[in-house]
Amino acid sequence: MTFTTAREIRDAVRSKERSAVEICRDSLARIEAADGAVHAFHTVTADRALARAADIDRHHDLWRDAPLAGVPVALKDNICTRGVRTTAASKILESFVPPYDATAVARLERAGAIIVGKTNCDEFAMGSSTENSAFGPTRNPWALDRTPGGSSGGSAAAVAARMASIALGSDTGGSVRQPAALSGVVGLKPTYGRVSRYGLIAFASSLDQIGPLSLTVHDAALSLGVIAGPDPADATSAPEPTVDWAGALTGDVRGARIGVPSRMLDAGVDPEVIRAFRSALDVLAGRGAQIIDIELPQARHAIPVYYLVATAEASSNLARYDGVRYGFRAREDTLAAMYRRTRARGFGTEVKRRIMLGTYVLSAGYYDAYYVKAQQVRTLILRDYETAFERVDVVAMPTSPTPAFGLGERLADPLQMYLADVFTVSANLAGLPAISVPCGFTANQLPLGLQLTGRHFDESTILRIADAYERETGWWKKEPPAI
Amino acid sequence: MPTAFTREHVEAIAALANLELDPSELELFARQLSDFLAYADQVRQVDTAGVAPTAYVARGRQRLGNERDDAVAPSLDRRDALANAPEADAGAGLFKVPRVLG
Repeated sequence: MTFTTAREIRDAVRSKERSAVEICRDSLARIEAADGAVHAFHTVTADRALARAADIDRHHDLWRDAPLAGVPVALKDNICTRGVRTTAASKILESFVPPYDATAVARLERAGAIIVGKTNCDEFAMGSSTENSAFGPTRNPWALDRTPGGSSGGSAAAVAARMASIALGSDTGGSVRQPAALSGVVGLKPTYGRVSRYGLIAFASSLDQIGPLSLTVHDAALSLGVIAGPDPADATSAPEPTVDWAGALTGDVRGARIGVPSRMLDAGVDPEVIRAFRSALDVLAGRGAQIIDIELPQARHAIPVYYLVATAEASSNLARYDGVRYGFRAREDTLAAMYRRTRARGFGTEVKRRIMLGTYVLSAGYYDAYYVKAQQVRTLILRDYETAFERVDVVAMPTSPTPAFGLGERLADPLQMYLADVFTVSANLAGLPAISVPCGFTANQLPLGLQLTGRHFDESTILRIADAYERETGWWKKEPPAI
Repeated sequence: MPTAFTREHVEAIAALANLELDPSELELFARQLSDFLAYADQVRQVDTAGVAPTAYVARGRQRLGNERDDAVAPSLDRRDALANAPEADAGAGLFKVPRVLG
């Protein structure tokens, strides 16, 4: 049978219409059938998943009210799972088995979710195509010769191909939203601090945020309700109270003020992307939302600011991979040689490139000129959004300037790859919540995404508007042909 | 401010990062770092007089370093912490590294 949404599965398990074991077997069968072609997964935890599903069936009364009872979930392989190999798609962590669970993982399991496996991504989440993986690329279920986007491309492909109904990704500059858009699923980056980063392998700590990918906006809201909330293990997690996000999806967008930074759409955006974006705005206007033109004047600098800040933080975070406490070690006679050789052999090219750039911008003589300067422009970008939010409730943009691009197409030119993030990075720099929801297809049947960015801690409004749009259009119901 | 990186310059950065690069990587990164910094030059042109830098964004009740008591609490078991080490002496509770001093 066709795989269904988390809500449908949870309800079916709750009413005993389906058992958790049957649901789990469906999910594993989809992975078995489709993942040879797609390569969404690094690790499939079949035995563990079936044992947990059996436990939920056996103790049905205990799990009946759990919000994700029996729901198959995939996890990006940079999110730690106790006893299950977690690689961040890097050779340097190829054999790493975490001794603890990420907080988001523990919360999912407490809510009855069944973890079916760990998904492919760009190494240490550094990339926009899932091609920078030490274990080979993931293919887009809508067109196997294209990338699913990245860096959470395995998570996006797993949901798109109905192998799992929810997946977690991490979003540092668009790594949940962009692959969601390019793979035709929903992707939510919560407000910075909304979800604990404990157990997320760090890339850029001031930007990283765990978020769900799902078939529907409702499932994204349901997932957020499970994983959000303060955590003593992450000092940057926010004490803000959580909300019944799924319960707040009223379908009503009358009077909602949607800001559109039209000047950002002027150049370098695929005409089919623009067309789908404009018609999505028409749908929302038709349901009673107001469309208001806004300016985000400093957002045009968001990509270089992002890459200066993110690489600086990454160069520091990745200093821990030195062959001593975990992961790969090159055998050398001296400590200094061991460090250098371990990192040379353990890291891939994109990771080295970013460590080099980050080390340079933090080095004596360049720190003020690049790193501090980028942080100042980051302040201006944040102010642009705060000014815009005086007039509008959300900001709408396409999620990606193009549909899914071909495997190998952008690998030789890192700068061109970085431009894939033009609409997504500013939400990370400003710490804002943002969602990508499917908004149609190109003539070649490649999915496209609409992005809505909201005020800090106002996931409710972007979820409500995205859900209202989804109710009207229902793009998610279409299944990819490649599976 | 260098506009083009030499191989020697790239080697010096690699040394700071404890990375060993092969000759093709030195050449590749010299070119790509130059390209990126030329692209990023637009950031250096922005007027930021009097603008405070943002290291990270915290809003509402969120604060860096949520205050908590500095109390001793159970942490990772030593054996678990050593389990992923490429070389360790579990009995002694030590990570092992190559010789540091001659």
